Amino acid sequence: MRFSEEFETRFADMLTHYPTKRSALVPTLLYAQDEIGSLSDEVIQELAQRLELTELEVRNVISYYSMLTTKPRGKYNVQVCTNIACMLRGGEELLDHCKKKLGIGHQGTTQDGLFSLEEVECIGACSWAPAAQVNYDFHENLTNTKMDQILDNYKKKGTQ
Amino acid sequence: MADVNLIVDGKKITAPAGALLIEACKNVGIEVPSFCYYPGLSLQGACRMCVVKVEKMPKLQTACTTTVTEGMIVATDSDEVRQARKAMVELLLGNHPLDCPVCDAGGECELQDMAFSYGAAESKFMEAKNHKEEQQWSPVVYFDRPRCILCYRCVRVCGEGMDVWALGVQNRGVSSIIAPNQEDHLDCEECGMCIDICPVGALTSGAYRYKTRPWEMNHVSTICTHCGDGCKTTLGVRQCDTGTEIVRGDNRDKSGINNDFLCIKGRYAFDFAYHKERLTQPLIRKNGKLTPATWEEAFERIGKRFREVRDQDGGGAIGVIGSNRTTNEENYLLSKFARVVLKTNNVDHHRTADYPALAAALHGKPGKTASMRDVLTAPAILLIGNDPTNQHPLLAWQIRTNVRLRRAKLYVINSAPIKLRRQAAGFGLVPAGAEAKAVAFLAGDDSLLDSLADSKIADGLTRDAWIALRETIRAEQNMVIAFGSELRAQDIEKLAGFASTLTGAKLICLGDYSNSRGASEMGIYPDLLPGYEPVTPADKFQKEWGNLPTEKGLSLLEMMDAAKAGTLKALYVVGSNPVGRLGIDPFVLSKSFVVVQDMFLTETANIADVVLPAANAYEKTGTYTNTCGDLQLVKKAGEVSNTKPDFEMIVRIADAMGSDVSGLVPFGSGTHSDMGQTRGAQSGEADRHAVWLEAHNLEPKMTPFDPMAILDEIQRLVAGYDVSRVNLLAGNDQHLEIAASGASSFQDPVLIVPANDNLFSSGTLGRYSKTLNSVYENKSAVPEVAAD
Amino acid sequence: MASLVSHPDEVRVISKRFGQGATDIDRYLQLDGYKAVQKALGMGADALINEVKNSGLRGRGGAGFSTGMKWSFVPKQSAKPKYVLCNGDESEPGTCKDRLIFEHDPHSVIEGAMIAALAVGSHTGYIYIRGEYRYLLVIMQKAIKDAYAKGFLGKNIFGSGYDLDIYWHGGAGAYEVGEESALMESLEGKRGIPRIRPPFPAVVGLWGGPTVINNAETLAAVPHIILGGADWYAKLGTPKNGGTRLFCLAGHLNKPGVYELPMGYNLKKMIYEVGGGIPNGRSLKAVVPGGSSTPVLLPEEIDVAMDFDSVAKAGSMLGSGGVVVLDDTTCIVKFALRTIKFYQHESCGWCIPCREGTDWLKKTLTRFHAGAGLKKDIDNIYYLAENMLGKTFCPLGDAAAMPTMAFVKKFRKEFEDHLDGKPCPFEKAGVVEPVMA
Repeated sequence: MRFSEEFETRFADMLTHYPTKRSALVPTLLYAQDEIGSLSDEVIQELAQRLELTELEVRNVISYYSMLTTKPRGKYNVQVCTNIACMLRGGEELLDHCKKKLGIGHQGTTQDGLFSLEEVECIGACSWAPAAQVNYDFHENLTNTKMDQILDNYKKKGTQ
Repeated sequence: MADVNLIVDGKKITAPAGALLIEACKNVGIEVPSFCYYPGLSLQGACRMCVVKVEKMPKLQTACTTTVTEGMIVATDSDEVRQARKAMVELLLGNHPLDCPVCDAGGECELQDMAFSYGAAESKFMEAKNHKEEQQWSPVVYFDRPRCILCYRCVRVCGEGMDVWALGVQNRGVSSIIAPNQEDHLDCEECGMCIDICPVGALTSGAYRYKTRPWEMNHVSTICTHCGDGCKTTLGVRQCDTGTEIVRGDNRDKSGINNDFLCIKGRYAFDFAYHKERLTQPLIRKNGKLTPATWEEAFERIGKRFREVRDQDGGGAIGVIGSNRTTNEENYLLSKFARVVLKTNNVDHHRTADYPALAAALHGKPGKTASMRDVLTAPAILLIGNDPTNQHPLLAWQIRTNVRLRRAKLYVINSAPIKLRRQAAGFGLVPAGAEAKAVAFLAGDDSLLDSLADSKIADGLTRDAWIALRETIRAEQNMVIAFGSELRAQDIEKLAGFASTLTGAKLICLGDYSNSRGASEMGIYPDLLPGYEPVTPADKFQKEWGNLPTEKGLSLLEMMDAAKAGTLKALYVVGSNPVGRLGIDPFVLSKSFVVVQDMFLTETANIADVVLPAANAYEKTGTYTNTCGDLQLVKKAGEVSNTKPDFEMIVRIADAMGSDVSGLVPFGSGTHSDMGQTRGAQSGEADRHAVWLEAHNLEPKMTPFDPMAILDEIQRLVAGYDVSRVNLLAGNDQHLEIAASGASSFQDPVLIVPANDNLFSSGTLGRYSKTLNSVYENKSAVPEVAAD
Repeated sequence: MASLVSHPDEVRVISKRFGQGATDIDRYLQLDGYKAVQKALGMGADALINEVKNSGLRGRGGAGFSTGMKWSFVPKQSAKPKYVLCNGDESEPGTCKDRLIFEHDPHSVIEGAMIAALAVGSHTGYIYIRGEYRYLLVIMQKAIKDAYAKGFLGKNIFGSGYDLDIYWHGGAGAYEVGEESALMESLEGKRGIPRIRPPFPAVVGLWGGPTVINNAETLAAVPHIILGGADWYAKLGTPKNGGTRLFCLAGHLNKPGVYELPMGYNLKKMIYEVGGGIPNGRSLKAVVPGGSSTPVLLPEEIDVAMDFDSVAKAGSMLGSGGVVVLDDTTCIVKFALRTIKFYQHESCGWCIPCREGTDWLKKTLTRFHAGAGLKKDIDNIYYLAENMLGKTFCPLGDAAAMPTMAFVKKFRKEFEDHLDGKPCPFEKAGVVEPVMA
């Protein structure tokens, strides 16, 4: 199992931050997922071994956090917030629009593997609603037209 | 700590400071319901069933997480409290399938009881229940997810209790589930503790599910017949066309030394009794072939031949092999029968531990052995050799629980990195076979330090670490020292000597089968009579039993040599399989007349001249002595027609030999002088047995097949066994005093052959248990994930 | 990057450096950065705690507990290491204030955490930032690195002889981890299940050591209090409610945004003046005053001072500062459903009433809003919430129950308007067939 040098440096650094190895687990899982695409059996095995945990313990933790997944997602994970503040300003309609535009439903992935779509809970953009995150990037004060542009840009970027 | 006073439901009560409110209530008979709270496991506060009103607190409080304080005023049954509990049950029933009529737990389900108590009968919800298919996690563990109420008892008993950690919680919110460690199945010790502790029917037993309804069973609490720890197992029995069938083993009776604990064998491995190869007819070899015969024919044949050999060749031409699984009464009777009727001291059994050496070492030194209960409370434990996790699962449980809940210090000296090292405060890894050296080192022999601190042992201790470990161990008070069969003869004497230099140290000698210790104490030795009384001078038994052979008899191996040489004309094997277990060449027995009492056609039975179908320990009454020396009552649970207890068979053989059975079993009432003549050596003497019975408020037993008659005699004659009969009959364990035993003698260490059983094997019995085999096969079928 | 707004009524304390480039440590130093911690080094623990106590600073996470008091619960002597923990797991719907602090003024959080550490005698701190805020974690990682490079963190900080380490830590998506003991579990690499209390974190917290855990905004306020003095800070607000706070105005407003206003600022003014009023000529229907877990207020209830005690008196809670405004086109049933859907999704599942209660509320409200509601459902919804309230293992159950009860109590008529297979009065869509006759 190979991770990037950046990952390894950060991981080694993190282990020095805590009195227990296990404490590095949650952020490490997210960083690993970012690199590998999902928390595959192989990743779970590797991290369990590194942090001296059973694979069961690692799975227990993964399944708790909503950002962590054992199944691969598209290259760009479009996360549309529909929580109250966004809902009041058209978050649900925006999600519907994305569903139509991408041709996939909640937690679906486009056939070309470029996009995944997710309806998510509050992402902390309430005063700039409606909002969405594509991977870690925030997009705020959205309209259908703005969303189209954003998705088109990602598509361009992703197919270059 | 001082007690505190509080008022619960208007009742003034006191409780120790620091006690949990739920326990304080329970102790005075006020039941506070709970699903997630379980004594001895970590607190959860998850089920919210134990909410109570505590005055001055704004919200209801969970009694399982509240500690009592002085002046606390508590209401456990107010309208507010009842409503809160009712709401919890309503919420649980919202998704819980109401398949109670077919659920294994129906009738003994805590959720049913709660629904009954709190009347959550109205269904408030309309949406469909969440449904998921049932999963099989192992041959013996099934999981029915919708039934699970997420009390996390299974997760904790598996992790905290068993140190197996095979269960976890996954997902979150309403999707939360209990998950096994291998995604869709379990890799674990298969102890079934998770099933027993499940308050509902979410975890069910592969061995029991859908077999019967709980109320159709009777429940008999008896002692497990597998390892030497002596767990109490509750057998659920039901009438069937061939007798009484055992359909379930569990631990509902928590009065045993095992408290909550049972391993896979105690819970499931009663099924050997119903193996298709179980013998239900006596067999006699005719024209070289074992052929079904009547009991009368069989006893006549045996009686005639044994009598011929004894009368023509002398008792020395007969050998007797006793059992590690028969009761004390049976082994005592066998020992007596051999000496009194067969006139031989050629008596032995498959030895798995050197109990005689322990008796010799502790002769006249009372209070030096520990009971199984002591292991749970001792401030420190030293374990030398053995692997209790596999060989003494209860001992391992006691140690773990003590370390976990009472912070006992565990020290382990072993030639392998056994699992209990995880609980150990000190672990000394020694080269294979060097356990005795470690003992000598502990006792002060520094010359052995180099061999212990061998740098070639990976993870071994350094010289300094060994010395530090010794200092720590020496400073421990009231320590329990348990040792395996790695220590024998003089090593045990050395260990006992070392122990005597410590304050309050007590010993446990670990042997392998359910009544190995009993066989030992009942004198199944060529040179020892019951109570480790040497055959010479044996004044007591000469006086009680009459004219006994005084020459030391042949050991098991010597008997085989004699058989080979043609001088052992007859061999009587009761509940033992020396050919199979000790690697004896069956051919050596071809010239001897061999009688075997057993459940199956074992390797030994296969070469016998007469085979008698025996009942097992679950099918008879008597007593067992566990490896610690705790005496317990064995109760009859099941019955397979046309089998007989070994006890009855021994008596019948004695009778068939023309022997007066009243000289063997003190039964019936007669005139004292008559009885005295038959029971005492000197005619006309007062009947000591009758005198003893009267002094103990007991009556003579009415039939020679009543093992209680022999129990009377054991209690009267075997040193240390004169314990409270009431306690015994009540199902309590009683620790025996080995110091009162005879002088004993050191045995040839070579004669000890450890069984090397693990959690999934049990000597010859194991192979007839479908459950043990299915678990074992299942484990072998799953390829081991390489650890490195 | 979230856009910034301003209003003349704002009193800029925490947001003083917003938009000033203060992520750069040198710029931060120019803007009085790391002065407070140097002053604090000379003050001593007791003085620090007293100063914060006297400032009237109360926890900005939502519970509003006195920060100085919280610090004072940490035992002076401890065999185990003591820890300071910054809760940057901002997740309460309606709340987006910590995001701005991390984005514009990360060093103020570090400095606040350092002062907290000095006050309780801790040598190790962690700044926990929710997983979704990855870009803020990157900013924080750099800020911490820069502080180490300057010798502000690590051994012998500012030549004082005091050793202090501050580390970053990232989450991975869980509202429940905002609960302080659940956050500790998460930081220890476990599922974010809250712990049984007592013992409280101040006594037994992270890895068993005494731990003080504060919201990011709370910690960001601390350096200003130390520099400006407790009296100055206290006087910015109302009695027992010192200072200012970041209010996140959201929902149906003309000028939504994050504004820093004095504690006790009038809610009505906040909506109509600061927030610019309701757009499109519509009228106000209701306000959620402090994040989704606080009971809704009716238009006639909003003439209230936005401090902890006044809002409580008005029957709701000041909460996390997320003010969500609903105009008259909003369906309250739908709003209640969306609120409960969140709590159902975020319930950790540990205890029965929250796990099962939020799920049955969601199921019932979903059907109800779809037009298949029965009259008894309205009472049932209330009954479910009422039986969760105060009975759950942690406050998440209360957070779900309180708004639900308020919705039913204050808008029963609107619930009734959804009955009998009627379409949602606020939706143009067709009638939804009842699932049961």
